[in-house]
Amino acid sequence: MYTFSNKLKTFSIALMILGLLGVGYGFMTSHKSFEDVETILAEEAHHGGGHGEETAHAVTEKAHDTHATENTHATETVSHVDEHKKHVEHVQHQIANRPWAALYVAAFFFMMIALGVLAFYAVQWASQSGWSPVLFRVMEGITAYLLPGALIVLAIAVASGTIGHYNIFVWMDPEVVAHDKLIQGKSGWLNTWGFAIRGLIFIAGWVLYRQFSRKFSIAQDNANDNKNFKKTFRISAAFLVFFLYTESMMSWDWIMSVDPHWFSTLFGWYVLAGMMVCGITVIAFISLYLKSKGYLELVNDSHLHDLAKFMFGFSIFWAYLWFSQFMLIWYANIPEEVTYFVTRINDYRLPFFGMLVLNLVFPFLVLMNSDYKRIPWFVVMAGIVILIGHYIDIFNMIMPATVGDRWFIGIPELGALSLFAGLFIYVVFNALTKAPLLAKRNPFVKESEHFHY
Amino acid sequence: MEASKVIHAIYTDDDVLMNAVKTVKAEKHHIEEIYTPFPVHGLDKAMGLAPTRIAITSFLYGCVGLTVAIVMMNFIMIEDWPQNIGGKPSFSYIENMPAFVPIMFELTVFFAAHLMVITFYLRSKMWPFKKAENPDPRTTDDHFLMEIAVHGNENELTNLLQKTGAVEVNIIDKEDEH
Repeated sequence: MYTFSNKLKTFSIALMILGLLGVGYGFMTSHKSFEDVETILAEEAHHGGGHGEETAHAVTEKAHDTHATENTHATETVSHVDEHKKHVEHVQHQIANRPWAALYVAAFFFMMIALGVLAFYAVQWASQSGWSPVLFRVMEGITAYLLPGALIVLAIAVASGTIGHYNIFVWMDPEVVAHDKLIQGKSGWLNTWGFAIRGLIFIAGWVLYRQFSRKFSIAQDNANDNKNFKKTFRISAAFLVFFLYTESMMSWDWIMSVDPHWFSTLFGWYVLAGMMVCGITVIAFISLYLKSKGYLELVNDSHLHDLAKFMFGFSIFWAYLWFSQFMLIWYANIPEEVTYFVTRINDYRLPFFGMLVLNLVFPFLVLMNSDYKRIPWFVVMAGIVILIGHYIDIFNMIMPATVGDRWFIGIPELGALSLFAGLFIYVVFNALTKAPLLAKRNPFVKESEHFHY
Repeated sequence: MEASKVIHAIYTDDDVLMNAVKTVKAEKHHIEEIYTPFPVHGLDKAMGLAPTRIAITSFLYGCVGLTVAIVMMNFIMIEDWPQNIGGKPSFSYIENMPAFVPIMFELTVFFAAHLMVITFYLRSKMWPFKKAENPDPRTTDDHFLMEIAVHGNENELTNLLQKTGAVEVNIIDKEDEH
């Protein structure tokens, strides 16, 4: 049995407290008054950093020139003030969105690790793989975060439209919808009630599978036959079908709908590929940690090799989907779709392309060599890069739609990351203490113990 | 010096063969060659063969393929005749790169795969009309053959091999083909 070391517990609690402070700071400093934003913009324009303000004014000025003969000076001034007011309000909204979006990105990132591990776990059962049973309890420990994690994501999403001022999803704002024909057309799907109910159904399905597979897996330890094993096999196959549908819809709801004017067909798989890489990386991390503490003697470097191969393979799969999505839209260049990438390339150049280096180039070159995949510190190093890369990936999906060019990875983002990292460590390692770390009577566990590549 | 006499020990089971290889290695005899009808897992390790470097060659060939693709398309599409084709930006390679990636990918794989296969053929001396180097046709069906050079220690070797479970031990005069 694993015991949650006090050191780690304190560390996770410290992370949560630090994170809460950071998140609190983010929310405290994001409420800017109209005048505050005006000063910020004026200062930026003064430093030559102003972009929107000047262009917006130039456009208004031009418009004035053409209409100068027809319009009186009074209306000109009014429209000028209107433009200015609109712009300041827009920026004010973006600044207010930042702590919400930062919280949401971090919450989703850790939720997606647990969900990716759950899907990987189900695949291991359904494929009756012989190498992984010694890692089952580690995977079950990680998926314990799914219930709190997913509920938090859904809660933040709904709260942003009820408590907050529609800080993540603009389609939740009745004001916006009233003036937007495109969102009106989608309101059959994109409405807050539907969103919340669908989210609860997804979470219920995932968590049900998680609870039952865990229950049967533990029951199998002391059983005399393989009834529990067969049951888990069946529910795993059924879960995978349910998961592929709900994961796709979840990605439309929870991520794609931050840009309600944009859509992409392979988005669900793209999100899936990212969550699988992160999940497998975290399995490798936690297995290595537990092994280094002497809790998983049966995990050998061949298991690590297999995990690293999956990290490598899914990194490339992720890049394949990223590129397929990007290239198709870039090539066809249809205005209604391409704005998605135009804003990202203009305002997020470094995270947008930097993430490709972190998520594709680096793992591709580092994890290609078979010998390196067996060296713990090497896999950990590659894994850290992959996790950072995929955090930035989620960041790139959410931020451009919420804070636009007012992004920065500062205290609100790092605070939220630390908060959920602490929570994740606390929940996962707490769950690991609840059952023996070896699935004793799993029919494949002997094979797994002697697994070598 | 090439031995003029070799000893052929024939086995009918790969497990027996593996144990025999270990015994022979422990007695410090040099195994010239082993003929098997199918890959025996772990045989190369037991024999102490050096690991293959073919994966490294493949990686290098892949790099060559990628370079070929980039240089070729940069010359054709950007430098030689930068036409406007459907509004695609042909001002620089990087601007039009997404359109080239499928070709870059395929050429990398093409070079890595084909040149590696050719390397394999060259290194293992395989080509059409090559004379088969098979000491006993049964080794392509269900027998395993271990070939050991004899240096005047025929009796000692024969006894050792018989003890390891060989079904046949033959001493062969080898016509020197080398």
